[in-house]
Amino acid sequence: MKIGVLISRIRIEEKLIIRAAEARGCEVLRINDRDLVFDLERPDFPDVEIVLDRSMVHSRAEYTLRLLESWGIPAVNSYRATITCDNKFLTNMALVENGVPTLRTMLAYTPESALQAIERLGYPVVLKPNTGSWGRLLAKINDRDAAEAVLEHKEILGSYHHSIFYIQEYVEKPGRDIRAFVVGDRVLAASYRGSEHWITNTARGGDSQPCPITPEIEQLALGSARAVGTDIAGVDLVETPDGLKVIEINVGAEFHGLIETTDLDIPGEIVDYLVQKARSGRVVEAVGS
Amino acid sequence: MSNTTTDVAVCPECEGSVAVADVERGEIVQCPDCGAELEVTNTDPVTLQLAPEEEEDWGE
Repeated sequence: MKIGVLISRIRIEEKLIIRAAEARGCEVLRINDRDLVFDLERPDFPDVEIVLDRSMVHSRAEYTLRLLESWGIPAVNSYRATITCDNKFLTNMALVENGVPTLRTMLAYTPESALQAIERLGYPVVLKPNTGSWGRLLAKINDRDAAEAVLEHKEILGSYHHSIFYIQEYVEKPGRDIRAFVVGDRVLAASYRGSEHWITNTARGGDSQPCPITPEIEQLALGSARAVGTDIAGVDLVETPDGLKVIEINVGAEFHGLIETTDLDIPGEIVDYLVQKARSGRVVEAVGS
Repeated sequence: MSNTTTDVAVCPECEGSVAVADVERGEIVQCPDCGAELEVTNTDPVTLQLAPEEEEDWGE
């Protein structure tokens, strides 16, 4: 079977996935997003049975997946799931509409209205860019002075989408959050990501420790994946005083931290899922939201 | 595509030598001398260029 892997860079994850695919007798075509040139009306794409999106550049992945969908080339994850997961607001709406517990979030469009939203939530709050990853541009706002300053900076210094103010409750987490890795309808592995800093992404130095897959974690992780329509995803959860909540869901999820915490062959499971999906020609039904 | 022998390439930033093994195009290595993040642009022989900077829409 010929599998296409859409990449921006070859990280540990991509090397492991490619190696697992080749070990299973699959031919892997590396498709670097920088090389792609599309003529929208003339379907022209390498002859592969399925494409796995491992691109690190969200916008490029989204546009490519939309074209693949139009040209009938199966891809994981789907265009719809990817645009949902790459956008915190769309993710949040999908979770809310599917009854999956997530962090209380408010939305406003001007510094003045955003300040009202913040004061309604009560300090501290967290301001997040609607699209962003690896813990980038997160701001913990402890008081009104900081709120006024950061809101003004975002409006003036940021591009237009920074004036969609995405304001989230701050959760006193126990110095860690949880990454659960979901493939199909199974939670393969979970890990705690610990850090002294309130931002616990491993991309910012958070370390990974094994985390038991409790029934609650499984239910929340699978519920989240179903809500946003992903096949393969890294679901981020946080332990809060009133139970586990979902922070976000990542497509093209990294698992370098997770590998050390499980003896399960995550790359192998990913490839097996791809092969099975390509063969069955099943298309994951459309997303709720 | 991937290269299994140890190769020595030149860092485009500081011209230091960068030993690489089992790398493929698109992979990122760090220059041991100047610490620059370098991307493998070719194998056989291995050539390196400064890796593109992280952009706002990069991530998981």
